[in-house]
Amino acid sequence: MKKYQFQLIALIGSVLLFSGCGNQNGKGISNGALSSSNAEKVYVAPGEQDEFYAFMSGGYSGNLTVYGLPSGRMFKEIPVFSQFPTSGYGYSEETKPMLETSFGFVPWDDAHHPDISQSKGELDGRWIFINGNNTPRIARISLSTFETEEIIELPNSAGNHSSSFITENTEYVVAGTRFSVPVPQRDMPISEYKSNFKGALSFISVDPDHGHMDIKFQLMMPGFNYDLSHPGRDKSHGWFFFTTYNTEEANSLLEVNASQNDKDFIAAVNWKKIEEYVNNGGGTMMPANYAHNVYDEATHTATSTMKKEVLTVDPLKVPGAVYFLPTPKSPHGCDVDPTGQYIIGNGKLSADLTVHSFDKMIAAIEGEKFDGEAYGIPILKFEDVLAGTVKSGGLGPLHTEFDGKGNAYTTFFISSEVVKWKLGTWEVIDRKPTFYSVGHLMIPGGNSRKPFGKYVVAMNKITKDRYLPTGPELEHSAQLYDISGDKMELIYDFPTHGEPHYAAGIPAELLAPKSKKIYRLDENKHPYAVTSPDGSKVVREGNEVHVYMSMIRSHFTPDNIEGIKVGDKVYFHITNHEQDFDVPHGFAMIGQNSSELLIMPGQTKTSVWEPKQPGVWPFYCTDFCSALHQEMQGYVRVSPANSDVPLTFTLGE
Amino acid sequence: MKKASIIMMIGPLFLLGLFYFPLWNIMLGAPQYPDPLGMNIHIDGIRDVNEFDLKNIDGLNHYIGMRTLPKPEDMWEFSTFPLVIGGMVALGVVFGLLGYFKKVSYKWFLGWFILMSILGVLGMYDFNAWMVDYGTNLDPHAIMKLSNADGTPMTYSPPLFGRANMLNFQVTSLPSIGAWLMFVGMTLTLVAFFKGWKNRNFNAIQD
Repeated sequence: MKKYQFQLIALIGSVLLFSGCGNQNGKGISNGALSSSNAEKVYVAPGEQDEFYAFMSGGYSGNLTVYGLPSGRMFKEIPVFSQFPTSGYGYSEETKPMLETSFGFVPWDDAHHPDISQSKGELDGRWIFINGNNTPRIARISLSTFETEEIIELPNSAGNHSSSFITENTEYVVAGTRFSVPVPQRDMPISEYKSNFKGALSFISVDPDHGHMDIKFQLMMPGFNYDLSHPGRDKSHGWFFFTTYNTEEANSLLEVNASQNDKDFIAAVNWKKIEEYVNNGGGTMMPANYAHNVYDEATHTATSTMKKEVLTVDPLKVPGAVYFLPTPKSPHGCDVDPTGQYIIGNGKLSADLTVHSFDKMIAAIEGEKFDGEAYGIPILKFEDVLAGTVKSGGLGPLHTEFDGKGNAYTTFFISSEVVKWKLGTWEVIDRKPTFYSVGHLMIPGGNSRKPFGKYVVAMNKITKDRYLPTGPELEHSAQLYDISGDKMELIYDFPTHGEPHYAAGIPAELLAPKSKKIYRLDENKHPYAVTSPDGSKVVREGNEVHVYMSMIRSHFTPDNIEGIKVGDKVYFHITNHEQDFDVPHGFAMIGQNSSELLIMPGQTKTSVWEPKQPGVWPFYCTDFCSALHQEMQGYVRVSPANSDVPLTFTLGE
Repeated sequence: MKKASIIMMIGPLFLLGLFYFPLWNIMLGAPQYPDPLGMNIHIDGIRDVNEFDLKNIDGLNHYIGMRTLPKPEDMWEFSTFPLVIGGMVALGVVFGLLGYFKKVSYKWFLGWFILMSILGVLGMYDFNAWMVDYGTNLDPHAIMKLSNADGTPMTYSPPLFGRANMLNFQVTSLPSIGAWLMFVGMTLTLVAFFKGWKNRNFNAIQD
């Protein structure tokens, strides 16, 4: 017995020794070794910074979130279409006009597809655009302040989904309608949809210096659903491609009735031709009503203007401007490769991808090889424009991005995977599952002539068990794949805010150096700004009281105000006098029917307070600004409406 | 003597650098200031290293009751120093010229050097006195009144030369380009003197 024991110990000892050797070599292909190298790939050490910015749409949050890649750390939520009490966006007097529309104040939207401005087909990092899907709008966000600077509403549009995609020199940001509607809107039976509704494709010009947007023209297309779009680039620059579904023009139970045609279309639009037509006086000006909201960085204030007309273009009046490319199975994503040669239609009800060739399309147009027409628009022959079909074996392709090395990456919603395939040979190189049910994917610069093909981010629609459960409602989940090698490698999961539909990524070195640290006080042109503390005052105009207030670590000037009466409307115009990076101050007033304000150094914001009861009411700074933050507070004395307490304002008396 | 005189004319010109470059530099770094705050001390005033640094240093200093940093008009030094430096440059060049035309001997070069050294030491003394006053003469109503371990009130004079910890800040105080140019210039005048002294016999024969 003793002998056996000894042998057993010797055996265990030798096993330990062997495993010890294995560890020392460190070349074992164990899971442990793999996951530790993946950890290194996504680990950004404390104090280090990420390699890429990723801007993820917030979907039903209406906003845009900023993440770092590869760490998946969230840096900021930029309010765009939704009120945002964190900063006071949409609550402050200065930013309320940003959310004005022809329907009145709409404090929310469904933000889908961000796209970064380009020059010569490459990311230039000046602005990022994003669409509001529900109440059709396009927003422009500055990439030096990371704030929304402009929102333009789109008339004649509904379900602004095939948006917002930009041409390769940011000549236009393009927005197409998903729901066709009567144009102009009118009271009519829904069942008369067919051939009566229109689908407007809006080409919004972008001022190259200031980025200001203006609807150059709306192309009034047949009443299909325009689902997604992308610009031609390089050789196909000047064209724009839109996927369509519901070419059946069904108005009810679309899931069946809009899935009957074996093929829908990709609409190819020669916008240069239409631009020329419009520049020569073409098109019809029609009455309209839509909001154009512009935020001015110098006055820190937005203004909203209602525009009253829009130029529309009938595609039949511009010969050679629009063609239809038959594309199987209700295509969703419409993606153009970096060379501009291939237009990929992701037939969401099929297993295959259809790739059209730009060269073949041009040859077919020149050869006038048409296969009939739809509402007078020529339909090209499927076989004449087809470059190839990717037989993927997956199910439900949605979106395709490119790595700039001749490969394409397509998401498959139903089979829940990312498939890598080769442009030109159409062979599938690799496939990796996603968890779960991926929608869009994003490679930084993946929709430009120059992608940065190091990572792909998959944006999943379903989260289930990927994180600790948080009740029935979960955040969505993104997954990061390393695509630097032949095979993709899933290296990280991270939760995302709202529902990111699409995202746009850009190398950090293109943005970080331009990011503003403060607003200069000496450039503050706000009409109620106080640029030195002795300029603080309180002015009564009837029952409106304007408080010109300044703030610096750690006090408000003034911090004692008397002579306010019940029934007054008090405007606190507050200027942050700090000129140091990352020293905001906040402002909150007890019982205010609004949000707090978060005011950046050098900035002025205005909050309205309508006191309802006599008393002495405190206000305070909401952002922990210094060791004396808790002391940063003040009082307003409110007297009955008929009292005659004189108006006074003091500090330190 | 010709060579020595030419060197003597060139040396003082290096001091003109003080009209463009800072004499001294003081940097304040802390974990929450990854970009340190800094002040450049010029002969005619204190300036930001990065824009708004002085404003932000004042903003921090008010917690411990330090006065705001002086504007050029607040201190006589900032109007006097440029005149003194300008005068010394002119004087040095004149000495060199006179030496070149053999109106004065090399000993005058040493004279200039000694005078400049005395003025320099006086300037440093004055500068240090200001820093001590600035860091010790605190507002009795300061927000934070801190004591040393021995119970004496804490003071905040930056070091004249080198590095020191002040509360959460590490303060580095070093001569800047202007001062280095001045040292080079002054050394050249010393070289001029030695050259003159070495060749004194030859000079005497020539004379």
